[in-house]
Amino acid sequence: MASSRPVISATLRPSRLRRFFASEFFHNYKRNLSAVLGSLIVFLFLAMVTAGPFIVSQNPYDVAQLDLMAAFKPPVWLEGGSSEFWLGTDGQGRDVLASIVYGSRISLVIGLVAMGGACLLGTTLGLIAGFYGGRLDAFIMRIADIQLSFPSVLTALFLMSAFGTGLDKVLIALISVGWVVYARTVRGSTLRETQKEYVQAARVSGLPNRRIILRHVLPNVLTPLIVVATIQVGTFVLIEASLSFLGVGVPVTQPSLGLLIKNGFDVLFSGLWWVSIFPGLFIMLLVFGINLLGDFLRDELNPRLK
Amino acid sequence: MTESSMPRPGNVTTPLLSVKGLRTWFHTFGGIVKAVDGVSFDVAPGEIMGLVGESGGGKSMIGFSIMGLIDPPGRVEAGSIEFGGRDLARLGEDEMRSIRGKEIAMIFQDPMTALNPLYTIGNQIEETLALHTTLSARERREKAIEMLHKVGIPQPEQRLHHYPHQFSGGMRQRVVIAIAMIARPRLLIADEPTTALDVTIQAQLLRLMRQQVEESGTSLILITHDLAAVSQMADTIVVLYCGRIVERGPAGDIIARPRHPYTRGLIDSIPHETDIDGAKRRLSQIPGNVPDIRKLPPGCAFAPRCPRASGLCRMQDPVLSEREGTGDGQGPRRLHATACHHPLTVSP
Repeated sequence: MASSRPVISATLRPSRLRRFFASEFFHNYKRNLSAVLGSLIVFLFLAMVTAGPFIVSQNPYDVAQLDLMAAFKPPVWLEGGSSEFWLGTDGQGRDVLASIVYGSRISLVIGLVAMGGACLLGTTLGLIAGFYGGRLDAFIMRIADIQLSFPSVLTALFLMSAFGTGLDKVLIALISVGWVVYARTVRGSTLRETQKEYVQAARVSGLPNRRIILRHVLPNVLTPLIVVATIQVGTFVLIEASLSFLGVGVPVTQPSLGLLIKNGFDVLFSGLWWVSIFPGLFIMLLVFGINLLGDFLRDELNPRLK
Repeated sequence: MTESSMPRPGNVTTPLLSVKGLRTWFHTFGGIVKAVDGVSFDVAPGEIMGLVGESGGGKSMIGFSIMGLIDPPGRVEAGSIEFGGRDLARLGEDEMRSIRGKEIAMIFQDPMTALNPLYTIGNQIEETLALHTTLSARERREKAIEMLHKVGIPQPEQRLHHYPHQFSGGMRQRVVIAIAMIARPRLLIADEPTTALDVTIQAQLLRLMRQQVEESGTSLILITHDLAAVSQMADTIVVLYCGRIVERGPAGDIIARPRHPYTRGLIDSIPHETDIDGAKRRLSQIPGNVPDIRKLPPGCAFAPRCPRASGLCRMQDPVLSEREGTGDGQGPRRLHATACHHPLTVSP
């Protein structure tokens, strides 16, 4: 034992927030126009789906608030448009803008929840496959390969035919397709990390495998996932829209943006374009924003591009 | 394995670690890799043992076998690893975990990756303590600071909050040593601890390790290909070739009077001061390469590279045997064993 015990002194460290604002990451973000634009779009969408329902004039799914007389009104700037319905109305007199606000909510929730589920499942399986290797690894990765050969539409169709429609089935369909990319990414990084000596060091210091995986491997394989997860929210919104458009997505009582497009599709060629086109534009905008953000994160978090 | 245990000169205690007939084989598609093939040695309490050999000679696998960390397709096929009255080769994973880090610690070659980049070094030092002791967070912190102080990290109270990338290679290896020594293990296995470091700090760190193990009475197995480093530190030296012990004995004896042509070759490959002075001697090398361990020739594995090899060597495996005493006249007879049909007898 050392005779003179060193004095323990509290070290002053700036708060997390302040450190974030002073970081290189934030500095690069400020100077990157597409990153700012992307995050602005995503932020506006989030604001819209949280505060929107309190602002728009009607709840499009409360039948009492609908007026069939107001059906198929064009957007406000066209002849016959009403200032009450900025983006026009559909066949039941539903305000298209209000439908979009409510629909975006469902689309985004589906995108985020499915991403979370896929991320959790894929990361867990990827960690197990990469850390333990051997037969378990081969088994998990073969399932991943099989999964990749099923288009999500097919998976959704199977689920719908077996269990009927519903939000949960859409989520299951998306997760069962989406986990593969996490599993592969995580497995790859896990293989790389377990080669490093700090994992060996953790093993020789007697740490149980579970703790090595959670404490040492997992945090070191997370960075690439942030990018995958961000982009995937956009992808999921798109896939869900296609599923709903094909009629194997969300039920009509919980219409997403995709379902709105489908609803308007029937009258699209009668010149009532606004019912479909506006939800479509919003999907495009949302996915565009997410992708801009994802691109920035990829450039920023990939050590090879720095 | 016929040879008996090897007591330390003038120190007849029961060994801390006694490895007998250890075989660690890897069952690969290309055949069985006998990474460790019938290795026996003893390590006395407080002894420093050098485990020397070329790359691919199975040195590291001995360390991992002791730790019980051989991954498939590898397996400890046979042999016993007696440590403190228990056979580690037969312990379950849970029991092994309580030994790892607490009673046997291990450090590795590359200080650049030996620490987790995401945690402060204080955090990583305390992790071992949290796992193996019941100390409070405050006590752990104090011990960590004290340990960093001991391994020569200046301003340990501040450095505790720093991340690995804020340290130089040499400093990181000091931290690694601190982590290994903090639970006061009875045995430290150092696998090429200085190979990745600047030549200028290699000696410093070896000295530090030696001082640390001497202070706490820890035994040390120093795995290295650097015979020069070992010769200054170790009490005993074990020379491995292709998974087998070719020579084993007191360090001074082996350096001064190597019996096995391979050991001799290793010693001759060390540059001497005279080389720098005026290139008086051409640095010699051992001809050829380490053979493919899956397709070892019959007989002595070193025979194809050996200047003294005879027909016998190519047919019959030499047995590790303790030959006549070295007769340096000090203390009890030092046991110097070699596996060679035609051992060297003349001093170099």
